[in-house]
Amino acid sequence: MAYEHLSWPKDLIDLDQFTAEHLLAILDSAENFKEVSEREIKKVPTLRGKLVVLFFHENSTRTRLSFEVAAKRLSADTIALSASGSSMSKGETLLDTARNIMAMNPDALVIRHSASGAPLFLGERLACPVLNAGDGAHAHPTQALLDLMTIRQKLGRIDGLKVAIIGDIAHSRVARSNMIGLRTLGASVSVCGPPSMMVMGLREEYGVSVHSRPEPALEGADAVIMLRIQLERQSGRLFPGAREYASVYGLNAERLALAKPGCLLLHPGPVNQGVELTPEVYDCPQSVILEQVTNGVAIRMALLYLLVDNSERRNPAAAA
Amino acid sequence: MTGQQIVIKNARIIDPAQGLDQKVDALIEGGRIARIDPGLGIPGDGRKVIEAGDRWLLPGLIDIHVHLREPGHEYKEDLASGLAAAAAGGFTSVLAMPNTSPPVDRAELIGSLLSKAKGLKGARLYQSAAMTRGLKGEELTEYNELKLAGAVAVTDDGRWVTDSAVMRRVLCYAQVCGLLPITHAQEGALSKDGQIHEGRVSTRLGLRGFPAEAESIAVYRDLALARLTDTPIHVCHVSSELSLELIRKFKSLGVRVTCETAPHYLHLTDEDVAGYDTDKKMNPPLRAKADQKALREAVKDGTIDLIATDHAPHSVLEKECEFMEAAFGVIGLETALSLTYELIQDLGLGPAKLVELLSLNPAKILGIPGGTLAPGSPADLTLFDPDHNGPYDVNTSKSKSRNSPFKGRNLKGKAVLTMVGGEIVFDAQEPTI
Ligand SMILES: [Zn+2]
Repeated sequence: MAYEHLSWPKDLIDLDQFTAEHLLAILDSAENFKEVSEREIKKVPTLRGKLVVLFFHENSTRTRLSFEVAAKRLSADTIALSASGSSMSKGETLLDTARNIMAMNPDALVIRHSASGAPLFLGERLACPVLNAGDGAHAHPTQALLDLMTIRQKLGRIDGLKVAIIGDIAHSRVARSNMIGLRTLGASVSVCGPPSMMVMGLREEYGVSVHSRPEPALEGADAVIMLRIQLERQSGRLFPGAREYASVYGLNAERLALAKPGCLLLHPGPVNQGVELTPEVYDCPQSVILEQVTNGVAIRMALLYLLVDNSERRNPAAAA
Repeated sequence: MTGQQIVIKNARIIDPAQGLDQKVDALIEGGRIARIDPGLGIPGDGRKVIEAGDRWLLPGLIDIHVHLREPGHEYKEDLASGLAAAAAGGFTSVLAMPNTSPPVDRAELIGSLLSKAKGLKGARLYQSAAMTRGLKGEELTEYNELKLAGAVAVTDDGRWVTDSAVMRRVLCYAQVCGLLPITHAQEGALSKDGQIHEGRVSTRLGLRGFPAEAESIAVYRDLALARLTDTPIHVCHVSSELSLELIRKFKSLGVRVTCETAPHYLHLTDEDVAGYDTDKKMNPPLRAKADQKALREAVKDGTIDLIATDHAPHSVLEKECEFMEAAFGVIGLETALSLTYELIQDLGLGPAKLVELLSLNPAKILGIPGGTLAPGSPADLTLFDPDHNGPYDVNTSKSKSRNSPFKGRNLKGKAVLTMVGGEIVFDAQEPTI
């Protein structure tokens, strides 16, 4: 494929590992794999005989299914490990888990973990590529890539766009990876959330503009990413309540009108309708929430392919 | 060996209490310093002679903040390994913190720890007692009983006494009993679930931060109470700029506040935590560049009275894991002297400052012997090789634990011989000692 001259890291931890050229190569590759998903026989033999372990320490049906479909469409075998029902619930440490996974000799590990840094910890200890499927509040690189892919499909580019990210920035790995990806590809980014859901140093660390009300963040935006609010966790604590949240930060038609006409609406899902978005906005033609799901499979196919293939080239003996 | 006479020949003595920085011979007799001779005229006949060469002769180093983990967590450290590690780092006395399991809040425990340590080869053990029963911040422990059993300080280190009325009583009663109250200043609500300093790095890593203000708020409360009660107070492991400004202000008001910081706050910042290195996780956390700069300034202007290590051993069980699961704390006994030597060079300070920070001021503040090699003082001393230059190999440590944030770092200068009461407890030439 093209971009053969690019070198790839062993693991996918976060998007700050990549240059713009890398990111575009991933998006291009994903476009090719998306075409596979549209065929009658939705399967290619690329990773036949390879084992992909899906380790979901934290529940996430959506992301796990998306990776599983991606691996299967590449003809890989998959094993899913989850925290509940395995020895993990009996106090197995992450180091034990790493050793057990090592013993399975997988060709790739996909990990979702509630602790920031857990994928890096495993990546440093395992020979196979480790793909971060979301860690704590740190990073969710495949989600950000599928957002980038969706925006590029609809608007033809990322460079020069204005993108707003609204919601619980402090606890959001999606926001962090998106800020990195969007900025690397030349978009300007404005983030907004209640002050109790913001963190220090966003402007300096990510080169974004920071707002405490959504209106200035939305003004002239080409795309808006609404983040899920964890009401069960935060209601009444970081914010007085869901209705209060909706009244200040919820996206309704009136607020959306501040953005550019045709402004895309993204959401990593699942959506709290009536909180982050009003139902009318959710169903509006600019909403690309379902395309995000489709693109998610393609992005994950591309990354599994790139990193497994890359690890074989780096270490030909292991491939034999 | 205590009976033997020892001569240390041609040593450059650094002893600010006596105003000495010159080549001398030192005679040790009966475990004490018998004579210091600037005329280099003490004969070696019949005595054990130690030729100092280009080494410096320092009053033995004193570390007033260590965790030796006994009783309860002897797999991390015990008195034997901890006191040996101290000696290997040039320390002749250490003050152990009481947050063991069970906590040191009873006189019997103080007595048994102190008597056990007497039979061990290494630094002298001084013990602090819990400020409040079970370190719970509610009821005071029996300060007089503890003092009679040998305690020299009280602290709930690891926790802050939240109740201001309790803390007020602590300060008053500690003064009556002649115990130094040491506060671990950290307000709990702001630091709850904190993993590292709150700032750009915590944002980037997606880790819960604890702001420097959690420390400063607690420092202010404690200093205000010391002023109210007109009592001394010692603030341990100060890490941030605002706290230093408060301490400076209260010192200028005549409040008897003293404070320390640790080498890691002077040499590292939160940026060193990138990569989720659990050996750089401690409480308080590594702070921002501006805090580090302020700490260095405060060493220079004397706001910081002394340097203590906060030696906090943890095994791989507590450290080789997710960052948010990892225990707080780093070992430091065997790197502190080199790092402080490097610091005084960075700051353009003389060797007297090194001794003030690591020996003289700790002895004064804690009210224990040492800090000088004036005739009659115990022969607690450290021979320091200023020309040593090489990477730190943590696997040579005498501690049971390996959680150093300075693994592999180049270190300048090191202790080559440590003597406690005239007995050699560490000799770099004889690694088996
Ligand atoms: Zn402490």
